Parts: sequence; C-alpha cells; structure tokens
Amino acid sequence: MERFIGENFIPAKIHIKEQPKTFERFGVQWTPTFVIFDADRKERRRFEGFLPADDLIAQLELALAHTAFAQGRWADAERRFRDVVNAHPRTEAAAEALYWAGVSRYKGGDPGALAETARSFKEQYPDSSWAKKASVWTTEAPANRG
Amino acid sequence: MAISWIKDVDQALAEAKARGKAVLVDFNAAPM
Repeated sequence: MERFIGENFIPAKIHIKEQPKTFERFGVQWTPTFVIFDADRKERRRFEGFLPADDLIAQLELALAHTAFAQGRWADAERRFRDVVNAHPRTEAAAEALYWAGVSRYKGGDPGALAETARSFKEQYPDSSWAKKASVWTTEAPANRG
Repeated sequence: MAISWIKDVDQALAEAKARGKAVLVDFNAAPM
C-alpha cells in the first residue's frame, strides 16, 4: 500500500480539525474522503468512506486508469482498467474497470470491443450495475455510443 | 516505506505538476 501510493501519487493528508476551510474549499462533507487530481490539477475521482486495503488500492488504480482515459490515452487506459480486474477481482472496482476497459478498447479503434465486453459480463459480475449498463452492447445501438 | 504526507494541498498540486504525477488527498478526522 505505502509503496503503491509513494510510487504513483503525491500524497496529501488534511485533518478536519486542522484545516476546516480546506474541507470547505473542496466541498468535502464526510470523512474519510479521498480525492485524486491529475498533474494538471483536474479532479479525476472522489470516493467517501473507509475501504479495506485491497479495495482502496483498486480504487486508486481505477483513478489512474480514468485519468488516462480522460486524456485520450486509450491503450494505457485499457491496460490500467484490465489490471484492476486482474489484480483486484473481488472488489467493487473490478466490474467498473471491466466496463471501462471495453470502452477504452472501443475508443482505441476496435469496433467489436463493446459486444465482447457485454459477453464478458455474462461470465463476470453478471449482477453488477455495470453488467446492466453493458447489456445494451449485445444489440446494435450506435446512437448511444460516444 | 513510510508515506510522506504533505499537509498543504496547493503544495501537493504544485509538486505533482512539476513531477507529472497525480495527487491523492486524504481528508480525514482520525484521532490526533
């Protein structure tokens, strides 16, 4: 955990009693709240509440994957999303990562990636909300695709 | 490997910009 955070982030810790105005500035209303910014100061992810170590690392890896996605680095984003699925398969982040791995692959130029992802959801995380979102990809619905 | 937490968000953001890294901010109320 410590190594992962040290290698991938500039870490900051803000305590409510020491810096209440910083909580207000960033609209934080509960603890713990974790906020991830990219190098250009854009907020890329935020999540509230305690998480066990594996789930926390999965969420942080997911944040880095979403950052790559937001910057249009499709191949890097897909790799990072798939790493979340493979390394943290039992976390809540995994189903979300599987969904976005498919989207990244599609954005990278593979038109069959969405249908393939929908098929994957029949085997993995079939009861997740992300499986429902991917279910539309089993039929042609190009109007819904960005 | 202990984490070197920074207590200034703006300092963390500036350091992240210089080093091309992301920033993780942990807003907490843990006992001091």
